[in-house]
Amino acid sequence: MTILSFKELNELSVSRNKCIYEIAQEEEAKLQEKDVSEIRSSVAINLSAMKAAIKNGLNSSEKSISGWCGDDCAKLQKKYKQKRALFGNLFEKITTYALAVSEENLRMGRIVACPTAGSCGIVPSVLISIAEENNISEEKQIDALITAGYIGLIISYKVSLAGAVAGCQAECGVASAMAAAAAVEMLGGTTQEIFQAVALALKNILGLTCDPVCGLVEVPCVKRNVFLGIHAITASELALGGVESKIPLDEVVDALCQTGQLMSPLLKETSQGGLAKTKTAKDLKKQLKQKKEDV
Amino acid sequence: MEEKSLFSVISPIMVGPSSSHTAGAVRLGLIAKNIYKHEFKCVKFILYNSYAETGFGHGTDKGLLAGLMGYSVDNPDIKNIFNIVKNIDYSFEYVQDISRHPNSVDIIIDNTMKLSGNSIGAGEVQITDVNDFSINIKGHFDTLVVMYKDKPGMISKVCDLIQKKNINIAKLYCDRDSKGGNASMCIKLDYAPDDALVNSIKQLQDVYYVTNVRKLVQ
Repeated sequence: MTILSFKELNELSVSRNKCIYEIAQEEEAKLQEKDVSEIRSSVAINLSAMKAAIKNGLNSSEKSISGWCGDDCAKLQKKYKQKRALFGNLFEKITTYALAVSEENLRMGRIVACPTAGSCGIVPSVLISIAEENNISEEKQIDALITAGYIGLIISYKVSLAGAVAGCQAECGVASAMAAAAAVEMLGGTTQEIFQAVALALKNILGLTCDPVCGLVEVPCVKRNVFLGIHAITASELALGGVESKIPLDEVVDALCQTGQLMSPLLKETSQGGLAKTKTAKDLKKQLKQKKEDV
Repeated sequence: MEEKSLFSVISPIMVGPSSSHTAGAVRLGLIAKNIYKHEFKCVKFILYNSYAETGFGHGTDKGLLAGLMGYSVDNPDIKNIFNIVKNIDYSFEYVQDISRHPNSVDIIIDNTMKLSGNSIGAGEVQITDVNDFSINIKGHFDTLVVMYKDKPGMISKVCDLIQKKNINIAKLYCDRDSKGGNASMCIKLDYAPDDALVNSIKQLQDVYYVTNVRKLVQ
């Protein structure tokens, strides 16, 4: 049986008395004809790859092929050494880790698409920062990553997780909702609180467009990973405090899907509107063309 | 609704920056390698539309070549592939053609095999043509590609040979250019076929070409 909505997932969670990651790993084991332990081992490999990407990114300031991005993580780490972040350790970690992974991505380093390459910094930065700051075990981190993945999977049955289909709300937006789910799971929240965190995160990014300069996963994608990492924490804190979305989660996903359909194609990964059509973007395009010819 | 894997959302482990323009390009190259199977001396890639426009900044050119050389999507050496590959004559052409998919490529190997493929989103790809025969390979299954003369009973004969090996057919696509003309089958299998099965299909009358295209690991 394929679980296509959060309503179905909730009913199953109640009837089987299981949390999201337990249902998710059982369903995945059935699909792959493997044991749950094998599924968890595969997730553990991806979790390690996320940690490696953070580590590599923190130690590099190599630029991308375009030369536009790649040294912001180094700048931010330097800043925090001189003056700590107003919001403390967790904020420092999420912001630097998200930049580290996103910058690894654009310099053709090894990352985990989650759900996409352009949004690859959000889930790892939130999950691993919280785990480090709260001494969360490896097994609990795997639970959280499975939870995050399953949230994304159910959303993906209604809307493709692609900027070309539904804008950045379906990439960085969904990544942020997944990260919020992982955060609530690790911090001991209930299944209902996870659903609320996802709904709150998604509601507040509806309409986010995909307008990358020159079509590259750089401007505004890299820094957007940082903002949406922090966005996930806002959603998880509200949900853990009992704040509820008036609109149920499935309906929020419907709204995201419809917003994606209504969004102009000029703002869906075609680089023909928004930031991609600014004067500076046009200049950068000329610059890049010259660089290509010079190679 | 086809059931999807959890790992469609939290993977692949890949080198960046783009699932469609980098990982997708590598996967297109890998499938092309699995179809061509031989060593090769020269290859030309024709990149279309968005692949042509943004491929440089995404390393699409590097990804395509690396895939054809057998590099997996997470191999950190992909970014240096132009310095690594020697003794192979590779070239790239960039074309705008609105009749083609936005992320589309032709791969012409040793001037003997021309493959066309698209990167259809989230790292998923599809090879659509081999030497102008229509096929459909996404890399999820071991796939038998059979080119043959269109006539009654061919599908049944081929499927009968597969059935004798007790291999389940997951999906089957057929196409032809005209009645009695050139036809193709793509048979997606739940288990890998052995050489004996491939050879037995080759020996059927009016079969021009058979190959097994291995599924991609990731």
